[in-house]
Amino acid sequence: MTAKVVRVASGQGFWGDWLEAPRRQVEGGQVDYLMLDYLAEVTMSILQKQKERDPSMGYARDFVGAMDSVLPAVVERGVKVIANAGGVNPPACAAAVRALAAQRGAAGALRVGVVTGDDLLPRLDQLIDEGHPLLNMDTGAPLSTVRDRVLSANAYIGSTPIVEALARGANVVITGRSTDTALTMAPLRHEFEWGATDWDRLAAGIVAGHILECGAQCSGGNCLYEWRDIPDLANVGYPIVEALADGSFTVTKHAGTGGRISTHTVTEQLVYEMGDPHSYITPDVIADFTTIQLEAAGPDRVRVYGIRGREATDKLKVSIAYRAGFKAVGTLVYAWPDALEKAQLADRVLRERLDRLGLRFDGVLTEFVGASATHGPLAGAVGDLPEVQLRFGVRGPDRAAVERFTREIAPLVLNGPPSVTGFAGGRPKVEEIVAYWPALVDKRVVTTQVEVLA
Amino acid sequence: MKVRLLDIAHARSGDKGDTANVGVIALRPEWYPVLAHHLTLERVTAHFRGVITGSVERFELPNLSALNFLLHGALDGGGTLSLKTDAQGKVFSTALLRLTLDVPDAEARKLDLPPAPAG
Repeated sequence: MTAKVVRVASGQGFWGDWLEAPRRQVEGGQVDYLMLDYLAEVTMSILQKQKERDPSMGYARDFVGAMDSVLPAVVERGVKVIANAGGVNPPACAAAVRALAAQRGAAGALRVGVVTGDDLLPRLDQLIDEGHPLLNMDTGAPLSTVRDRVLSANAYIGSTPIVEALARGANVVITGRSTDTALTMAPLRHEFEWGATDWDRLAAGIVAGHILECGAQCSGGNCLYEWRDIPDLANVGYPIVEALADGSFTVTKHAGTGGRISTHTVTEQLVYEMGDPHSYITPDVIADFTTIQLEAAGPDRVRVYGIRGREATDKLKVSIAYRAGFKAVGTLVYAWPDALEKAQLADRVLRERLDRLGLRFDGVLTEFVGASATHGPLAGAVGDLPEVQLRFGVRGPDRAAVERFTREIAPLVLNGPPSVTGFAGGRPKVEEIVAYWPALVDKRVVTTQVEVLA
Repeated sequence: MKVRLLDIAHARSGDKGDTANVGVIALRPEWYPVLAHHLTLERVTAHFRGVITGSVERFELPNLSALNFLLHGALDGGGTLSLKTDAQGKVFSTALLRLTLDVPDAEARKLDLPPAPAG
């Protein structure tokens, strides 16, 4: 008897990732689950604004298109889909997916699981009153200091409600603010019946999820190691985890796709956005990344094993978004000769004019793109560059001041240093800043609900 | 012997709020001890002086032949607050690889480390 293998494919690393990827993952070879990650830190606030304008919105619309592209595989071959596309309105997302299925004559084939309970916005004042200060994890400030500017507040929830939806027969599971890693771990927990205290296996599921959650970033995308030699990126294969019941798994991709899976590409993804590697904290388990073992297992195959975990904490992280003022960024391009010197003079002129106007900002940042924008002083001396982009940004609480700043860029074309171009984009746009407030809350105050719509 | 980090390691960086992380990975597993011994907290702190406003933390992952550095105060407030081109710390990876290590000649020869180009 051969050991049971469960194949989880990654089809989306963020909202805006390659539209082709989900379909390619279900058509390129055998997979059991397709996981799609749509939510970044500030995505929830954008979705909350959409929901305020229209109560039937507030989810990742791209997911409906993705479902359309994979529907034949779901209906005919039993591929299951797990996505945190629900945003701040998972029921509306589920309704849109069911409407699509009805349109395609496949309504009877879908059982849509909907996970809710992560949205804390309606309960925020009650939580604060009951003694949950939701201190900012970076600054220590209590949420009450920005309460009137809060746009959204969602607890990061773990794999348990997704496992429940799968156990109740869902073949599409839509969540709100699930952790990215739970989308991969849940199907493994479901298939292998890992217990809620089986820390090592749960940790393995988290590591598998961390490898998959950024899509092609573990299969040759954004890979520095021997980047020139990574084959056929135009046809890049997104990653697939082939998992075994013992918690070990192999990372691979479909035959005939481009990109590369090697211990180097997987290691680069493992260290991405890493904090303390001993304690990768999730709602389900704390995974120890210093226990991960990697082994080359043939072309575009890496075996991952040995992962250890320990009991999760009694807290959940909360993703809160709040209005934090306004910003604008303007750019101009200066040409050879002495491009950098001209851009530096323009910067001084601009600063003096803003000062004389009496405009005050919380932050003003000048970058010289082409000379020092990305590495700052570490870039060292540069020669006489062909061109330099002056990139000038301001932020502050006063919208009018930021507006006034945006009128000061274009005049420099005629009344500033010479050899200047690149202003065709027009006046810089004023953007409202929606900032991120990370906090912790007691696990016991968050209750998730699961509904399976058939 | 002077050894460029770029010639013995690769790296990837990301963000968490106003903190950038840089994972530095030895190009060959046998070169990991060079990173572990010579790419110290002090060296990396000095390297990023004037570039970041906060402190540096350092973690070892011998299982992946890698070190992980947390650079606090690296991203002008981070996320949507940041005015930086690299608001998400995506290219702090190669900024760290600009560093040059001083490795004793005997150790460098034994491990076949590529010497930094002259000049």
